[in-house]
Amino acid sequence: MTDFIDDLCERVRDHSARKAALRIRGSGSKDFYGEASEGETLDMSAYAGIVAYEPKELVLTVRAGTRLAEVESELASQRQMLPFEPPHFGEDATIGGAVAAGLSGPRRPYAGAVRDFVLGTRIVNGKGEDLSFGGRVIKNVAGYDISRLMAGSLGTLGVITEISFKVLPRPSAEATLAFEMDEQNATLQANRWAGLPLPLSATAWESGRLRVRLSGAESAVAAAKSKMGGEAVDASDYWESLREQRTPFFTRERALWRISVPQSFEPLTLAFPQLVEWGGGLRWMSGDADPLSVRSAAERAGGHATLFRGGDRSAGVFHPLKAPIMKIHKRLKDAFDPAGIFNPDRMYTF
Amino acid sequence: MAASMGDRLHPASSIGLSAANVRSRALESLRAIRPRMTVIADEEGLKPFETDAFIAHRETPMLAVLPESEDQVRAIVKACRRLGIPVVTRGAGTGISGGAIPHRDGVLLVLSKMNRILDVDLPGRRATVEPGVRNLQVTEAVAADGLFYAPDPSSQSICSIGGNVAENAGGVHCLKYGLTIHNLLAVRAIDADGDAIATGEGALDAPGYDLLALLTGSEGNLGVITQATVRLVATPERTETLLAAFSSVREAAEAVGETIGAGIVPAAMEMMDRVVIEACERCMGLGFPRDAEALLLVEVDGGAEEAHEALVKVSGILERSGATEVRVAADEAERARLWKSRKGAFTALASILPDYYTIDGTIPRRCLPQVLEYVYELAAQYGLVVGNVFHAGDGNIHPCIFYDANKPGELERGEELGGRILERCVELGGTITGEHGVGIEKLRQMCVQFRAPEIAAFHDVKRAFDPDGILNPGKAVPSLKRCAEWGGTHVHGGHVPRPEIPRF
Repeated sequence: MTDFIDDLCERVRDHSARKAALRIRGSGSKDFYGEASEGETLDMSAYAGIVAYEPKELVLTVRAGTRLAEVESELASQRQMLPFEPPHFGEDATIGGAVAAGLSGPRRPYAGAVRDFVLGTRIVNGKGEDLSFGGRVIKNVAGYDISRLMAGSLGTLGVITEISFKVLPRPSAEATLAFEMDEQNATLQANRWAGLPLPLSATAWESGRLRVRLSGAESAVAAAKSKMGGEAVDASDYWESLREQRTPFFTRERALWRISVPQSFEPLTLAFPQLVEWGGGLRWMSGDADPLSVRSAAERAGGHATLFRGGDRSAGVFHPLKAPIMKIHKRLKDAFDPAGIFNPDRMYTF
Repeated sequence: MAASMGDRLHPASSIGLSAANVRSRALESLRAIRPRMTVIADEEGLKPFETDAFIAHRETPMLAVLPESEDQVRAIVKACRRLGIPVVTRGAGTGISGGAIPHRDGVLLVLSKMNRILDVDLPGRRATVEPGVRNLQVTEAVAADGLFYAPDPSSQSICSIGGNVAENAGGVHCLKYGLTIHNLLAVRAIDADGDAIATGEGALDAPGYDLLALLTGSEGNLGVITQATVRLVATPERTETLLAAFSSVREAAEAVGETIGAGIVPAAMEMMDRVVIEACERCMGLGFPRDAEALLLVEVDGGAEEAHEALVKVSGILERSGATEVRVAADEAERARLWKSRKGAFTALASILPDYYTIDGTIPRRCLPQVLEYVYELAAQYGLVVGNVFHAGDGNIHPCIFYDANKPGELERGEELGGRILERCVELGGTITGEHGVGIEKLRQMCVQFRAPEIAAFHDVKRAFDPDGILNPGKAVPSLKRCAEWGGTHVHGGHVPRPEIPRF
């Protein structure tokens, strides 16, 4: 496996010297996400395997090419989990891809995002150097947090080769409650509940129905159910289908917008149907809307909008960055990948 | 260590201005900023700022300035950039790694006057505050509404949010509630160009690279934090506190692993060793078994039912793991008494040995017993008393090395001992700092933990925010040259500055 890293460094150096682009790829499950990127494929799926897993330390170290499903089943065998509940979007999705994409699932507002659970990353930068940042311990403030910077950087700063995570025990009980209410009330109520000591682990509102998932100790879930009311429903498949975007809302042949706003922001008045997750913090919109109007609505709300799937991409997939932020992005890109070979243009054109 | 400052900076003096000239031009520039703000230039006025809570180093800044708005901060940074003058940002000055020690040729940017809570969104559970707002002040503002700000460094009654962000501060409840980074929604920071870097307005993520993660814990090197939007969380309905005595550190450490292995994430798990226990017995007579080698303080919280269920489970686990005694707090008064063993012992010890030096390594928890053995061996070898407190849940160790600054050489011996403990932490796969930051204190150990290309990557990141290296130069990341040549320089002693600040 050391050979893999050595070869990788060599290949990166060679590509850098030639300024020849590399398209870093796990399984391609998230090829739909982000801007189009050209380049020779750098397949990471062969660099797979769990490097270390100490359930009692709550720490897992894994090679980037390891299948996400394999990581999750290993954790499940110890009754633990990746708390950020990453979407797979494909059977062979890799853990490296999940981190590079930086996407978190339904549990995000109540547990944390991908970056919150990244303890360390090993990367190969554009100079072909094998670097390690962070570590395998839960608290670590030595050096700038480059390991967390890798989460969501879409492979544009370096090739992630290994990642250490903080993992958590899997809650022993889970239940879903359903409520008939409009979007405004659903958002208000989800925020109100989140301000109480209740074991919330996900919410989703669509078409007049709010679903709330509770996860925790038996006693906590039982007590919350009686406090919150609503209708107890069997939703064992629902949350996974939602995470994987297999529900009818997500499978229409239309553009899918991902609008991230402060959780308590009022309903957005947009021309197309919405599905609201994250206690109001994540609003999906399905429809070929005018990018400018979606983005200005998101900005007014204090958030940003991504053209997540499909649609007319001429206005860019990701929300335009303000000038000072773009300046820092360019300089960081330049620092990590001076020849500009990693996933060029996948995020922004620098 | 002072010699390491400004390694990368080429101050105005290098372009032909004399020191006095630079100072008068800086003073002129700062006084020209409108609206006017407090600029301190006299020696007497500068004296209180010569150190933070780091033990072993003092420096008088060239000037100190106390802005009241972000616009003034921008103007200050721009003026300093133009003149090539270092800018060291200071919050409440409670940092213990020396991150806010002034630069003798630089401006000390004191943010204590930027202390307003700008907005509280109760339904949305977030507060937007200026950097000088005290940590505890945030909780005080929302406690009546059943919310709190979770990170609780031990100096929380006086330390400020800006400093917490700059250091990615932790506390005793990190295992469950996370570090500062886990409780932030957005920050605004002024980079060395004087540009405002806003990472968001309160949504759960932002487009592009995660600059929030990068700025958090950057120790004033990447930007001046001018605003933070923090997450507020629900106050637990009930908190249960247990204190267990063990006849070996190994058993206590295993009890921690067993608890977590059983799927329980306690709010706090604090371990204390026999040095602390003996001090407790001497000063407070808590009546623990004579053979107790370790005390484990555990807190579980949440809804009433949840906390109760966890309490029952945890006490069972503690007993099965070999606890010789388990005490459960029946009420708030008893809870405070149990915490006394954690908080009170060092006060007692410190009254006998006036000075102490706190280490902040993190190790994989399974290594606790062997690290402790190593610490005892070293303590004997160096002839110093070392008391050990651990945030055991997350493997963050805080050996406190006691010494008498009046005895020549004792501080230096203590520092050397501390350095060796940190190096062992790295060997075991841990880190030299879990929550206190590198500052100037652990620059040497950075060279142990990271290899040259990694250190170079840190400098690359710094250049992205601070091309000329004016922000807190010489702190947090050592120069490669220093790492290669490190030798000779050493700091000289003094008493603990600001002894009222808790340090662990």
